[in-house]
Amino acid sequence: MTGRIHSIQSLGTLDGPGVRFVVFLQGCSLRCGCCHNPDTWDCAAGTETTAEELVKKAVRYREYFGKDGGVTLSGGEPLLQAAFAREIFERCHEAGLNTCLDTSGSVWNPDVEALLSVTDRVLLDIKYTDDTLYRTHVGCSIEKPLAFLAYLDEKKIPVTLRQVIIPTLNDTEDGIRALKAIAVRYPCVDRTELLPFRKICQVKYDKMGIRFPFGHLPEPSKERMAELEKVLRSAGNA
Amino acid sequence: MEHKNWNGFIGGAWQDEINVRDFIQKNYREYTGDAAFLAEATPRTKALMKKLQALFTIERQFGGVLDIDTTTVSSLTSYSPGYLDKENELIVGLQTNRPLKRGVNPFGGIRMARQACEAYGYKLSAKIEEEFQYRTTHNDGVFRAYTDEMRLARRSHVITGLPDAYGRGRIIGDYRRVALYGVDRLIAEKKKDKAQIGANILLADQVRQEEELYQQIAFLGYMKEMAAMYGCDISEPASNAREAIQWTYFAYLGAIKEQNGAAMSLGRVSTFFDIYIERDLEAGILTEEGAQELMDDFVMKLRMARHLRTPEYNELFGGDPMWITEAVGGVGEDGRTLVTRNSFRVLNTLYTLGSSPEPNLTILWSKELPENFKRFCAKVSADTDSIQYENDDLMRPIYGDDYAIACCVSAMKVGKQMQFFGARCNLAKLLLIAINGGYDTTSGIHIGPQMPVMDVEKLDFDEVMERYQIYIEWLSHLYVNTMNVIHYMHDKYAYEKTQMALHDTNVERFMAFGIAGLSVVADSLSAIKFANVAPVKNAEGFITDFVTTGNFPKYGNDDDRVDLIAKDMAHRMITELRKTPTYRDAIHTLSVLTITSNVAYGKHTGATPDGREASAPFAPGANPMHNREENGALASLNSVAKISYDDCRDGISNTFSITPEALGRTEDERTGNLVTILDGYFAKMAHHINVNVMNRETLMKAYENPEAYPNLTIRVSGYAVNFSKLSREQQREVISRTFHESV
Repeated sequence: MTGRIHSIQSLGTLDGPGVRFVVFLQGCSLRCGCCHNPDTWDCAAGTETTAEELVKKAVRYREYFGKDGGVTLSGGEPLLQAAFAREIFERCHEAGLNTCLDTSGSVWNPDVEALLSVTDRVLLDIKYTDDTLYRTHVGCSIEKPLAFLAYLDEKKIPVTLRQVIIPTLNDTEDGIRALKAIAVRYPCVDRTELLPFRKICQVKYDKMGIRFPFGHLPEPSKERMAELEKVLRSAGNA
Repeated sequence: MEHKNWNGFIGGAWQDEINVRDFIQKNYREYTGDAAFLAEATPRTKALMKKLQALFTIERQFGGVLDIDTTTVSSLTSYSPGYLDKENELIVGLQTNRPLKRGVNPFGGIRMARQACEAYGYKLSAKIEEEFQYRTTHNDGVFRAYTDEMRLARRSHVITGLPDAYGRGRIIGDYRRVALYGVDRLIAEKKKDKAQIGANILLADQVRQEEELYQQIAFLGYMKEMAAMYGCDISEPASNAREAIQWTYFAYLGAIKEQNGAAMSLGRVSTFFDIYIERDLEAGILTEEGAQELMDDFVMKLRMARHLRTPEYNELFGGDPMWITEAVGGVGEDGRTLVTRNSFRVLNTLYTLGSSPEPNLTILWSKELPENFKRFCAKVSADTDSIQYENDDLMRPIYGDDYAIACCVSAMKVGKQMQFFGARCNLAKLLLIAINGGYDTTSGIHIGPQMPVMDVEKLDFDEVMERYQIYIEWLSHLYVNTMNVIHYMHDKYAYEKTQMALHDTNVERFMAFGIAGLSVVADSLSAIKFANVAPVKNAEGFITDFVTTGNFPKYGNDDDRVDLIAKDMAHRMITELRKTPTYRDAIHTLSVLTITSNVAYGKHTGATPDGREASAPFAPGANPMHNREENGALASLNSVAKISYDDCRDGISNTFSITPEALGRTEDERTGNLVTILDGYFAKMAHHINVNVMNRETLMKAYENPEAYPNLTIRVSGYAVNFSKLSREQQREVISRTFHESV
């Protein structure tokens, strides 16, 4: 079947373990203030391509994946094209490639369930640990990703929790402790990553002629990231 | 045969014949552990290095040349001994009587020597000028024999950088032989060879060989004299690690005193040295610190090697390189890897002495290399940007397990094979000459088969290819003939007797041709095939520009539609070159390598159908054109990996720059990811890669403020340079290259 993709990055080292072939799928229904890929929002944009063609491409990079790497689907929100994503992952498995899904966990339907049955790891973006912030700055309730996480835990799919650290919104010790509490509650989470909020995407917003919602917020300092990292790593298994 | 200095070594064929490989295989100890055993620089080493750094600074302040001896012709015994610090040096010997002072070597061509002196405010002495009035240089000989067409090809720059006025280089003496056997044994063996040849029918080839052997034997004698000036007797085998390194260095020093070849590579010495170091460590007469000191001193000497060049030469081969290439690692034919502790020590010099372009440390990469060694290499790359990688799994089946790399990417069996270096021809310019029916619009020269300028609204792929093929055939024939003239004359007037004395008498020869502009041609032909290319004529009716509309696949995106055009171009070239016989029955080889000449080649080439403007630089070597890669780094690597090593046995150079962030979040991740990228690239049967892990901003800062970054090292094309030693133009080109970033 066909789907819409935004772009391909043949060398991905930041979205999942090892060296990965990353496909950015087109389309997202959330409008996170910190989003660095606003050009992936529009579900009708991008390039139409088949799952078969994509996996054929990915296989050409098999030699680079080593023992940890593989294919990552990111976006946009890949769950919006769950059936397409499922076919990609099925074909990856047939070719012996590891699969990794980078998602907000905010969509749920039978196609998503089927997709997860062929997913080797999920990178779950928990944007905030507070429901009000979620509703204000993401556009959905925190219950959605949490329910998604509970399902992953039930199916024992390994999860990397990720959070973009945005000064004034979630860069507090308490916030990190709450994130850690989530990680501890669900044993499927074997890794937690804090990512600094970055503003290099400002140019994309400018080019598209729309406002970067968090354009006025500062990037977190290296020192602050290290402090929060320390809070995350101290005590307990995160 | 036995010798007391061989005590403790396992014997074998190497005792009865000159066979360093057999000695290594019988005696080396593979090391699979990590880098934790390495020692840091001692205070002695640091003090010496500080002294050397001060000299480097003055050299830089003096415009790149510290001093020139304009009254002495460089040779093995023509200078009194020189030292960096006589009391504290462990390894001795300088090219002239003072550190960094350059000698003159007019055998390649007196004009070149004269101009080089003048470029730095010196004047070649009347004595040398007088003497060379009555001598024929290599350059004189070549120009006596050149045809009119060869001169035109040279003037139009369709063939450039030919070694017709400087030493050809790219020959690696087996310098280890001096350490293992001592010079007397080597002389005795050569005398035997000479007598044997003399007993048969003597025709031109044999007479030439007899004279060459006479010279080889004479220069082995001079090598002994040179060492004696430093108080060393190298007539016998080395008796310990220090002597093994010193004897080997003397052999190399003799070579660079006699010859100013473009690339004077070292070979494959680290694991050879390890055998002596292990013997001394075991005997308790050397410590790990001491072993590192020996390697540090040896490498310091190599970093001091210099040749005197003209500014025109530097334009092609920027950064004052010597290409003292040392091949490290690789796997043996019996499956054991050739990684030893000393493979780590030689890389460790980049920490003990700081990063540096020389020696040109080249890892012979195999998927079988110990994981610990792979990770150490990746870490050194990320920390220093000073090393390159070549595919041992690709080369070993062809060259065995005792080959080395000359210059950047030219493999040869040490002491058994040599090459006739042939710079490169400009494929992009040739395409424009073909379209213009034998006229080069940048030089204004009519050259090659003469036919009408292509008179079409839109270039047709098949028509262009048909015409291009005619010109490829014409150029290939001319190129081989030109090389035959050059190397005949080089053998006649500037024969490398010291280096050839350290080869088997019957050597196998390669003739190494090269191509520049491969990615420009691939993209241009792709544009003609898949987009719409309308030629634009000037007032005289020649095509000087193109209007290209529509999209076309670009080399560097793992797209077979264009990548196979690039692959096919290399194949066409070598196929055509093979049709013309070579001097001394050399085997035709081809490289896709430009050094820094991609800037100069571009400068002499008009606008091309891919959208490249007139005079704009080419991409280096086999690299895709800058910033045309749309699918990330691995797609770019896959494109280059498609060029066949069977077509390009002289090497396919790829230079890769990536930001640290794009390799991973932690140092551990970055190291691991770089290792799997290298494993993957070479599993694709790619040949070579230079790795730079850096941000463009660092280079921009160094461009603005060179004094603040005197030691910034960067891999450019098969070798590394001090960024500050490149011309401004070359620096700008390096900055404009693709840096693979995280998104």
